[in-house]
Amino acid sequence: MTAQSTLSIRRAASEIGRSLLVSCWFMFLTFPIMVIKVNPLERTIDWQWMRLVWIGLAVFPLSFVWRWLMRRKEHGGSQDGEDNWQKRLGEKIRADGKIYTALLAILAVFVVAFPFMFSSYQTQIMISALMYVMLGLGLNIVVGLAGLLDLGYVAFYAVGAYSYALLNHHFGLGFWPALPLGAGLAAVFGILLGFPVLRLRGDYLAIVTLGFGEIIRLVLENWNTFSFGPSGIAGISRPWFFGADLSLGQHTVFLYFIVLILVAFTIVVVNRLRNSRIGRAWIALREDEVACQAMGIDKTRTKLTAFSLGATWAGFVGCVFAAKTTFINPASFTFMESAIILSIVVLGGMGSIIGVIVGAMVLILLPEYLRAFSEYRMLVFGASMVLIMVFRPQGIIVGVRQHYRFGRKESTEEQGERDAASA
Amino acid sequence: MLQVLDIQQLTMDFGGLRAIDGVDLKVHQGEIVALIGPNGAGKTTFFNCVTGVYEPTGGRMTVRPPGKNVAVRLNRLKPNIITEHGLARTFQNIRLFQNMTVLENVMVARHCRTRSGILGAIFRNAGNRREEQEIVDFSYGLLEKVGLEGHVNDLARELPYGAQRRLEIARALATEPFLLLLDEPAAGMNPRETSELDALITRIRDNEGVSILLIEHDMKLVMSISQRIYVMDYGRLIAQGTPREIAENPNVIKAYLGETFDA
Repeated sequence: MTAQSTLSIRRAASEIGRSLLVSCWFMFLTFPIMVIKVNPLERTIDWQWMRLVWIGLAVFPLSFVWRWLMRRKEHGGSQDGEDNWQKRLGEKIRADGKIYTALLAILAVFVVAFPFMFSSYQTQIMISALMYVMLGLGLNIVVGLAGLLDLGYVAFYAVGAYSYALLNHHFGLGFWPALPLGAGLAAVFGILLGFPVLRLRGDYLAIVTLGFGEIIRLVLENWNTFSFGPSGIAGISRPWFFGADLSLGQHTVFLYFIVLILVAFTIVVVNRLRNSRIGRAWIALREDEVACQAMGIDKTRTKLTAFSLGATWAGFVGCVFAAKTTFINPASFTFMESAIILSIVVLGGMGSIIGVIVGAMVLILLPEYLRAFSEYRMLVFGASMVLIMVFRPQGIIVGVRQHYRFGRKESTEEQGERDAASA
Repeated sequence: MLQVLDIQQLTMDFGGLRAIDGVDLKVHQGEIVALIGPNGAGKTTFFNCVTGVYEPTGGRMTVRPPGKNVAVRLNRLKPNIITEHGLARTFQNIRLFQNMTVLENVMVARHCRTRSGILGAIFRNAGNRREEQEIVDFSYGLLEKVGLEGHVNDLARELPYGAQRRLEIARALATEPFLLLLDEPAAGMNPRETSELDALITRIRDNEGVSILLIEHDMKLVMSISQRIYVMDYGRLIAQGTPREIAENPNVIKAYLGETFDA
């Protein structure tokens, strides 16, 4: 009895000690930014000691919570429970046609009604979120399915945007003919990048693609006669809508629907590809390159199709981006964009379509709606990214493989069809 | 009897190291041939040369697919082309597609026997759907043959070890080979699983008309199923013959048990 109580007291003491240590460490770490405030006008330094106290007091309980969460994660109990819960919900929704259709109907109505329910500003935000959904799904082909880490994805986005902008500027080409052209050009660039990197994997591939992305941006920035350099291209025409003269607000709504249709198209295509001969080859390539080749899959061709198809989607979104902003310059296509798109894929859940959609929504909408927190928003944003990766390294939503049923001679081909049609 | 695989003077150098030194090996149609030898003898390297993972330094490798009156030279062909010609393999350290389902693992291997491309996958026309259904049915049939039909939708990594080995065999069979190369199929199996594997390999040979070349350390399995045995040591072929001849061959006993042991 007494031995037990001394043990628990000792354990509690060590826990408190650790939390004290953590809060001291945080006080030390944040000391320069939180306490020292330089007043350059009066050439004095204000020491804001109270802030240090607040940090210590805030970190102390938080460190308990953190350790508790980490222990829960290590024991695996909670995570399994969560996964099961998610899996069961997913299976239920998928198995029950009624719930599935009802949910989709609600979603469809909401999505269609969105621009009429909310302000033009909200619609604009939603357009950019949907654009990132497409970018995420496109990159998902390369990274999530084929397992090729591409850090220069923004290059294809730039190719799409500049092909529309330049075709429009020089030849007066409209949005609609430029859309397939931009996507096609991006696909060609995908193959161009694909060839030299065929032998590379993992980190090496990441570095080369990173370089490729920067090359495209630097060319656009410096080749003034071709791309008008850093000053960019202005006055790109908005999408043509049966010759109607739309107001700015109407244009936003129109563009919203264009993006919506493109997103639906993307989801259908990616979903179908994923469960096709080509999609399986991509996943096999990701899982084991040697075994994949030994099973008769042409590595070269499979990699190139993944690169060019991924790039195609970036090309589509690039055209939409140019049409949306009517002005583009190389500053829109920095490495930061690639990083965000990659985060969408990784955070959302690699290989999962719903995961990527959720990831895009979280990563694009969160900073927008966090504007209330003004300067802290990027801090919250970064912290939430870290937290998701610590507690759900597999992404918010884990991709499920297609299931097949036998016996009644009925495969879930039908189900795949349903998934695709509904999206 | 028709020779399906003919290897002549195969040599493989890694820098200054000669891993395989002038090995000759033949497999006839409908035969089960074993390749044995102590660890590091070059058996897996031999497999890697034949299946195109490595490009051999010297020698000549030809296959003669039964039913076709042509000899195909394997030197310098890419692994996937060799598979297309009808050679399939399994791996010593299991190399399944871990995060795909059992059925999908087999379906992947139908790749080189099917044709639908990107547009087919996107538009899902009638021909495409039929092909997809054929892939599913064919793969399911193979899983039944190796006794994995109950695990169709499980992820490959969730399978027990012995089942993973059998899945690798099913996956290799899905490429419709005429010659199957098995790299230590019984490694890590218990005696019961090994005897099941023995039956499975014989069944594959008899029912599918597939010739088999296997690397194996389990002598009981090797002696019971193979018609002929090749023995390698330090990259050279030291003996070949029927199981009985091999069991009595002094060179083999020496290679396995060392010089000092007097058998």
